[in-house]
Amino acid sequence: MSQALIELVKQSFPDAVLESHSQLGDDTLVLAPGRWKEVCRFLKDHEQSSMNMLIDLTAVDFPNREPRFEVVAHLYSLDRGHRLRLKTRVGDRDGETVELDTIADLWGSANWLERECYDLFGVTFVGHPDLRRILLYPEFDGHPLRKDYPAERIQPLLQYRDEPNINKVAPFGPDEGMPFGRQTHKFGIEGEDDHLAPRPRVITPADN
Amino acid sequence: MEPLDQDLDASELELPTEPMLLNVGPAHPAMHGTVRIVMELSGEVIERCDVQVGYLHRGFEKMCERGNWTQVFPYADRLNYVSPMLNNVGFSLACEKLLGVTVPERCQWYRMILGEMARISDHLTCDGAMAMELGAFTPFLWMIKCREMVWEVMEEETGARMTHSFGRIGGMAAPPTDGFKDHVRAVVAHIMQVLGEVERLLLGNRIFLDRLENVGVISAEDAISLGWTGPCLRAAGVPYDVRKAHPYMKYGEVDFDVPVGTNSDSFDRFMVRIAEMRQSARIIEQCLERMPDSGPVNVDDPRIILPPKNEVYNTIEGTIQHFKIVMEGVKLPAGEVYGYTEAGNGEFGFYLVSDGSGTPYRVRIRPPCFLVTAGLERVITGQMMADVVPSFGSLNMIGGECDR
Repeated sequence: MSQALIELVKQSFPDAVLESHSQLGDDTLVLAPGRWKEVCRFLKDHEQSSMNMLIDLTAVDFPNREPRFEVVAHLYSLDRGHRLRLKTRVGDRDGETVELDTIADLWGSANWLERECYDLFGVTFVGHPDLRRILLYPEFDGHPLRKDYPAERIQPLLQYRDEPNINKVAPFGPDEGMPFGRQTHKFGIEGEDDHLAPRPRVITPADN
Repeated sequence: MEPLDQDLDASELELPTEPMLLNVGPAHPAMHGTVRIVMELSGEVIERCDVQVGYLHRGFEKMCERGNWTQVFPYADRLNYVSPMLNNVGFSLACEKLLGVTVPERCQWYRMILGEMARISDHLTCDGAMAMELGAFTPFLWMIKCREMVWEVMEEETGARMTHSFGRIGGMAAPPTDGFKDHVRAVVAHIMQVLGEVERLLLGNRIFLDRLENVGVISAEDAISLGWTGPCLRAAGVPYDVRKAHPYMKYGEVDFDVPVGTNSDSFDRFMVRIAEMRQSARIIEQCLERMPDSGPVNVDDPRIILPPKNEVYNTIEGTIQHFKIVMEGVKLPAGEVYGYTEAGNGEFGFYLVSDGSGTPYRVRIRPPCFLVTAGLERVITGQMMADVVPSFGSLNMIGGECDR
């Protein structure tokens, strides 16, 4: 059904389509990473495709390939009822610089899906409005869905944070990880507020 | 009546206007599952908010890459733990799409009946919890009692109330029990009766209506752009249902309607779920009539389905088959596939990548909840703080599915 769509993209962007296939009823286009956003916008706006839904966006890690990551998006058109799978290959073999243009300004769903992809695979989406970890915490070390991340690896314990005025706080709180700045409270007048601030209990040898 | 905070112009009041940060969750009784909302409040109105998920992240997609394909079923159970049978069937269908096999007719009807029962239990939970959060405790108890009856059917069929792990690649773990049809008929009839009573109890209630109507509104364009599917999208007036748009199993042959909303508010989402339960009952009735009482449930393929036990113990072929399937796993051909079904909360997809060995190379779960929760920020920004709870409840966020 989407065969005509593949032909349409091939005609409009002859140099952007690396390969295409239709396997088990799923039509797939593999795009050059540099043209990713351009083709996505075309598919969204063109009357014949009118892909108004980004159903899914994820990545697959092939550590022995160069480029290493395959970013996979599934598009769906509610008006026309057809689907298309888009793929692109990004990243060098050591996985240090993995970059792709964001499509969060085309579909709202891309915002969280790209954040998840960044979180679990370390794919950086250039131009994303709010690229933070989403399922894991900010201090998490590594990207767990990469094939070179061992499943039994244990993450280090988190240290308490040093905060001015409050000495030490737990590594979570009402303002952790928000997109809109940090609100700090000052207790009383400078220099006279020490008695208000909670202090960590220090055990001295005399206590024992 | 005094004007609400919303209607007052803050500049006229000469009050201090420093925004207040409020942190709701992750372990808050009104937050289904574990989600955390950080809100910046001006008075009682939410000016900005940040929805944080991931507190129930258990790394399912990573764990799926460690076993064989059949060992994914217990993980699929624990995604949407209110309707695990739909997840089981969804994963079976994705694997069967990659294998290119179709299960026998009896199994398809059986899966549809169990799936629709699971959908009823999903919607009962969501609507019951919504009512309870607004102070209506009685409908909650009635609906949870009905859900318990659904789970009794499940227990009789599968041996487990919630996490059945009952699906198999190419069939089901066991054929239907003898009294299955009568049991389902009795339970569904009772649930339909209770639904009517719940409607009579709630839909004439001023408090219930005022708290839901025109609250939590989202436009259809926004909902589509955010990738919403399922009851939440249909409440926005978009009649997209995978069962209708891309029929799988026997959904093309049964007669049912797709209820849609008009206002896209919390009340529409509540009513769409009520209407869908009635449609599920219609589907179940037709399935029960057409499901054959005898015949095979599993595909006849020794590479996929475990042989019967007496063959395993008495013939060398049976022993070898059993050994190969248990030790190496069902070998899905190399390739990739996206299988999608309509689960309780919308389009539930599996993007499977197989390298031809018995172990999954990548199992991507496309959770409907994740994207619905992504839209929560847009739904509650500009609303009163007190409306967060019913709006959030109407989205039916399930932590296990959202965070995986």
